[in-house]
Amino acid sequence: MANMAQAIRMALHFGEEHLNVKDIFGQDVGAPLGGVFTATQGLKTTWNTPLDERGIIGMATGIAMAGDRCVAEIQFCDYIFNTIDLLKIVGNTSWVTNGNYHLPMVVMTPVGAGIRGSIYHSHSFDAWASRLAGWKVVMPSTPIDAYGLLLSAIEDPNPVLFMKPKALMRVRGDELIPGEPESEKELKGMIDAPIGDRSQWKPRWPQLRHHSIPIGKASITRSGEQITVVSYGRQLLNCNQVADALGAEGLSVEVIDLRTIYPYDWSCIKESVLKTKRLLVVNEDTEVTNFGEHLVYRAVQELFYHLLARPRVLAGKNVPGIGLAAALEDASVPQSSDIAQAIRDICREEP
Amino acid sequence: MAQIRAEKQGLSSHKKKKILVPSSAKKISKTSKLNRKPQFYGLEKELLLKIHDLMVQSRALEERLIKIYKAGDAYFWIGAPGEEAWAVPLGMQVHKGRGPEYDWLHLHYRGTPTLIAMGMPMVDSIRLIMNRATDVCTGGRNFSNHYCFPEWNVAPVSSPIEVQYLQALGTAHVQKRQNRSKGVTIVTGGDAGTAEGDFASCLVWASRKGFELPMLITVQNNRWGISTNYEGQHGESQISDRARAFNMPAQTINGNDPVESYIKIQEAMTYIRTKRKPAFIEALVSRLYGHSSASGANFIKDEEDCLIRFEKKLIEAGYLKSAEAKTLFENYEAEAQKIAESVRQEPFPESSTLWDHTYANHENADWRNF
Ligand SMILES: Cc1ncc(C[n+]2csc(CCOP(=O)(O)OP(=O)(O)O)c2C)c(N)n1
Ligand SMILES: [Mg+2]
Repeated sequence: MANMAQAIRMALHFGEEHLNVKDIFGQDVGAPLGGVFTATQGLKTTWNTPLDERGIIGMATGIAMAGDRCVAEIQFCDYIFNTIDLLKIVGNTSWVTNGNYHLPMVVMTPVGAGIRGSIYHSHSFDAWASRLAGWKVVMPSTPIDAYGLLLSAIEDPNPVLFMKPKALMRVRGDELIPGEPESEKELKGMIDAPIGDRSQWKPRWPQLRHHSIPIGKASITRSGEQITVVSYGRQLLNCNQVADALGAEGLSVEVIDLRTIYPYDWSCIKESVLKTKRLLVVNEDTEVTNFGEHLVYRAVQELFYHLLARPRVLAGKNVPGIGLAAALEDASVPQSSDIAQAIRDICREEP
Repeated sequence: MAQIRAEKQGLSSHKKKKILVPSSAKKISKTSKLNRKPQFYGLEKELLLKIHDLMVQSRALEERLIKIYKAGDAYFWIGAPGEEAWAVPLGMQVHKGRGPEYDWLHLHYRGTPTLIAMGMPMVDSIRLIMNRATDVCTGGRNFSNHYCFPEWNVAPVSSPIEVQYLQALGTAHVQKRQNRSKGVTIVTGGDAGTAEGDFASCLVWASRKGFELPMLITVQNNRWGISTNYEGQHGESQISDRARAFNMPAQTINGNDPVESYIKIQEAMTYIRTKRKPAFIEALVSRLYGHSSASGANFIKDEEDCLIRFEKKLIEAGYLKSAEAKTLFENYEAEAQKIAESVRQEPFPESSTLWDHTYANHENADWRNF
């Protein structure tokens, strides 16, 4: 099975071949490195930009304005903050021009903790991104979803922010990407650049097929009866594990992989909460003015009289950064034990 | 690189000084029509009168916009009176149309004269400032002079200073990739804004060796950023010096002289269209009504008025009579006033349209309906 970096690479290749992607660019995105997580190795249209995030977003905006499709990368979301006004402009362009211009462009950026990246390689961006009206915001938790969501992002007529959970870049899924060879070794031999001199290397791409994960559609990754846990990205996998473990204790946990943070799949959440009557939202962006709070707010407004317990958000601590030492990082962002504890607490609560 | 005089004899009122220019820039200047000195440097009477006509139309329109603001029919005015001698010749030389084979414009909030020169009807500007539903640029959503015309590759003007210098890179990149395209990307902005990193970014990205972009990068230097004057904000001798460091032909010109502007823009455009590389122009201009309505929008007497200056020259040359100039202005003024009166009858956007166009293709963007 492909890992997420390979899945992204294959989606970009499909984009170049079939979806008219003409530029994939960012810092170290082109040869020889092919991205700091190797997600852009071997692609036809990649190029290395100056070390200038604002330039990258401006370039992407202009390309989209001129009608070409591009995928731009910000090397780490920790470095996207100096572009935030440019992202706002991208988001408001269709609206403020009353529909004169649309900006179909994809910006991808690695997010989140989990690799001991300390304060500037561990940021999350989902809460910030949810405030960028006019954008669509997605975050996959599996390679197959990364593939499908990236294709949908490229095809969407609106700007789409594609967040890559960096801790999952080497994690494999359990579903083949359409066209992917069965053997991991074979795939590696085909599309992973060799160590050392790469100047003569060319990838051999599998015959990939289209696979769509529609933007705005969540997926239920664990079915359960007693509580709904909504998450995405790296934390989603933790939630799945916790759900399995608690299942052995007799707790029935439903897990929803939101996949799209905006525009989010409310009907999926609503239907689930109407069944379970309990809600926990898990992510690792900081907890104050967190996107999960919006979902909880909405649950309170629309589902209040159906709830058996206070809905809750489990998120990153509102500290200025993620510390390097394991104890500091682990105390900053939700751990599986925190998720399990929160689920138990909510399920124990009686009205 | 050789040291040459960039500003030619008898050319402009500002200081002549020795400056370094790359050899490519030298090539432009050597063949400059400005080296010859016939009256109006050889520009035909008909062209001169056309420039004048458009300058008058733009001025009459801007002054009407100010009156609309002062009458309480607009929330805000910002615009370009005082920049016509630069911006009209610019607009006249745009290859207008849609798609990368035509020129792209990334204007800031002083674009009226350029767009008038391209053929924008006055009513578009008036509907914009009066935030009517009929405003073709923004549907009543944005300020005066925040134009947007996709059919002419006019990118939406947005208020944040200098961001257009970055977005312009993308349209130039697409033009560069089109083999046979002669289209260029034009970007404008003010002097104070050049302190933003985006200005430097633009120079860096536009001039990468082997990846040079077909861009006309310009700065309109009115020596003000709202209330902060130029003195005390700049260590460089001229803003164009910064572009020279990136090996692009760069000049500082008298933007109050439409003849000089026309010729220098023409030379730069020819260079960019054929070489597919960037060129830079800093135009020294006046700010005749202050920054915007926020500073009163009153006429400032001690700034040079490019229109009066040009009219004087045309009258001296016998190309124009002062009565004709007066009538021309009065006619445009009357036309603008009439348009304003009729636009006043037009509807404002309905609040029910609030969410429209947040996403393309009328996709719902209101989370209450997700
Ligand atoms: C990024 C940003 N900062 C501040 C402002 C507020 N502002 C509007 S115009 C202006 C001065 C701009 O001066 P200059 O670039 O010289 O252009 P001019 O208005 O003189 O033509 C400022 C500070 C803004 N619009 N955008
Ligand atoms: Mg200024």
